[in-house]
Amino acid sequence: MKFFGLVDGSDSSLRKFLASLPAVDQVGADSRAAMLATRSIKASSKRWAIDTAIRMVDLTTLEGADTRGKVEALCTKAVRPDPTNPDVPSVGAVCVYNDMVGIARTHLDLIGGQHVGVAAVSTAFPSGRASMSVKIQDTQDAIDAGASEIDMVIDRGAFLSGNYIDVFNEIVAIREICGDKAHLKVIFETGELVTYDNVRKASFLAMAAGAHFIKTSTGKVAPAATAPVVLVMLEAVRDFYAMTQVRIGVKPAGGIRTTKDAIKQLVLVNETAGPDWLTPSLFRIGASALLNDLLMQRMKMDDGYYASPQYVTID
Amino acid sequence: MSFEYAPAPESRTVVSIKAKYGHFIGGKFVAGNKHFPTINPATEEVLSQIALAGKAEVDAAVKAARKAYTTTWSKMSGRERGKYLFRIARIMQERSREFAVLETLDNGKPIRESRDTDIPLAAAHFFYHAGWADKLEYAGLGTVTKAHGVAGQIIPWNFPLLMLAWKVAPALAAGNTVVLKPAESTSLTALLFAEVCQQAELPAGVVNIVTGDGSTGALIVNHPGIDKIAFTGSTEVGKLIARAVAPTSKSVTLELGGKAANIVFEDAAIDEAVEGIVNGIFFNQGHVCCAGSRLLLQENIAEEVLEKLKVRMAKIRVGDPMDKNTDLGAINSKEQLNKITELTATGDSEGAQRWSAPCELPGKGFWFAPTIFIGVTQTHRIAREEIFGPVLSVLTFRTPQEAIDKANNTPFGLSAGIWSDKGSKILWASSQLRAGVIWANTFNKFDPTSPFGGYKESGWGREGGRHGLSAYLKGASHE
Repeated sequence: MKFFGLVDGSDSSLRKFLASLPAVDQVGADSRAAMLATRSIKASSKRWAIDTAIRMVDLTTLEGADTRGKVEALCTKAVRPDPTNPDVPSVGAVCVYNDMVGIARTHLDLIGGQHVGVAAVSTAFPSGRASMSVKIQDTQDAIDAGASEIDMVIDRGAFLSGNYIDVFNEIVAIREICGDKAHLKVIFETGELVTYDNVRKASFLAMAAGAHFIKTSTGKVAPAATAPVVLVMLEAVRDFYAMTQVRIGVKPAGGIRTTKDAIKQLVLVNETAGPDWLTPSLFRIGASALLNDLLMQRMKMDDGYYASPQYVTID
Repeated sequence: MSFEYAPAPESRTVVSIKAKYGHFIGGKFVAGNKHFPTINPATEEVLSQIALAGKAEVDAAVKAARKAYTTTWSKMSGRERGKYLFRIARIMQERSREFAVLETLDNGKPIRESRDTDIPLAAAHFFYHAGWADKLEYAGLGTVTKAHGVAGQIIPWNFPLLMLAWKVAPALAAGNTVVLKPAESTSLTALLFAEVCQQAELPAGVVNIVTGDGSTGALIVNHPGIDKIAFTGSTEVGKLIARAVAPTSKSVTLELGGKAANIVFEDAAIDEAVEGIVNGIFFNQGHVCCAGSRLLLQENIAEEVLEKLKVRMAKIRVGDPMDKNTDLGAINSKEQLNKITELTATGDSEGAQRWSAPCELPGKGFWFAPTIFIGVTQTHRIAREEIFGPVLSVLTFRTPQEAIDKANNTPFGLSAGIWSDKGSKILWASSQLRAGVIWANTFNKFDPTSPFGGYKESGWGREGGRHGLSAYLKGASHE
């Protein structure tokens, strides 16, 4: 059924659907997220969480200064995060700009990283300010170059001015281009949507439009993946599953730098959407610095002491 | 593979529990005569032997309190009294981990709650009242107020140290001296508090702590040397106390039972309301006089809310209270567990549908799984009587007025909760509800600045804030 039978693609049906969503109480959401942050994850559960988090990382470089050398180094690290320890799993994917997709895919394949995906940020990332034809071309180029995941940004201007149908139609159009070649992650830039009510609305809008994943942020705007924002999105995918029997993934990105941060995210997943979501196919963490902290903590659990930072590679 | 949280137990090495305790009278620990055991309700391990105060001990405590009042405390300036209270508050913060561990061992509540709620709030009450000690004339209670003298205070087992703080802090700030009796099953943190009084060099006799059971409480209530009685506990005992003090000149404040309505309107933020329902009834195992034990759901959202509530309840982590990840700890005593079991059995026999969260209960100790009863009506016993356990009665309503009528249709009136995204509805409902504390879009939030107390059979007087202070001052203008 088109759009899961939730909307028929018209402006009025979309408005009605979004208006039917219950409100989010900010104080309550903040306090639930704060309570879950007090969970104490130790020993075997910490070990499991670290390895799971590594497998969920979308190892990211999104800089104007990105070069072939930088991207290839990132890919090498993505496949074997710790060159001295083959037990450390590969990350979920690398995340790069559109023009770096080919370089990343070729290099990953060359070094035995066929299982590591390439995610391309798309639709005039990070601002989303371009014409539809440019956004479509942007996405098409990335898929042609071998991207298996598309991280598109929504038009926040359209969303904030209430033109939900424009946002919806853009997602539908990009999803069509992705077809079965690429997974679509829809970035809200929650730091610009600001309210949790908006986050919930954007989540349901994107899911009804066909997103495979909903993603908090570009990493270019703060605040990014705060715990309560991720909580609201996890509640949304949980409720969407109850409505449609379809599981949508969640990707927090931006501001998750330490193992502690990552474990807090996994606790949020475990106690909100549930353990079914604790897999890289349904939860990813967009990050760059995080991976090294996970590796440091992993070494500490093995060795019983903190290694010098020189024991983890810088890129 | 799944995300099982490995045990994360708090260490108990931080506390040293004596094999036997006496009473704290006139600034010294004095040996008791008879003793009874206090146990850890999560394991049934005997923690220590607590002294049972009889007439001689209560007389000595009252005498010490009177002497401290006449010779020292009543002559001291408010500013000096305040210094002692500040000092006590700071020591409580410094020793907070010790207090939290001891509270959890003796009471059965999760360490997360004793660490994050009970102990910080107890210290906050001392800080707050320390600030009042030299400003009593400016509290808006009149300029000729005066301390009562000796206050007799009897507190319950659900928040042992916090209830002590609610009682002792305002009493001392207003210039009274006290004789306090902790509940028989939870005396340990009160006895640790006695150590804190010594550490703070509080003048001898200002705080006296006698331990014991109901018979000790009766000796305090009926003691002619006591000027004011403050009690927190059951409505049944509250009525006995009211009768006992009626022919005397004693002042009295009572904080008694409740059967609070937690009203969820159709326009509520559902996920946060579900959190609030859980917090309202399962906080502290439901051993909370202001617990939101009657859930009133608007009928058109009842199914959705109950669905989500069950999912959420299945996530409640029941077990070892010392584990930092535990959400629901042990029932405080065998007697209480029996009471909960008996009352819930009437829920079954009167036709309500019981649903309990699927969870494994430990073999030893006293446990009750988080439970809801669906299809409860006003005429069910479980909608009328205080269960004081992790048991929620779910009722429905059709219109806002019906919600108010049902909420008020109880002899109690301690607290109530309103869940709605509409500000006007919240204001309207809160003006209609006959309850001393009303929470909107939250539940079980406490603060020393906010007066707490009940309507009807939920009590007399207020604790906390200026209103609470007035209960410890004679001639307060709005006492």
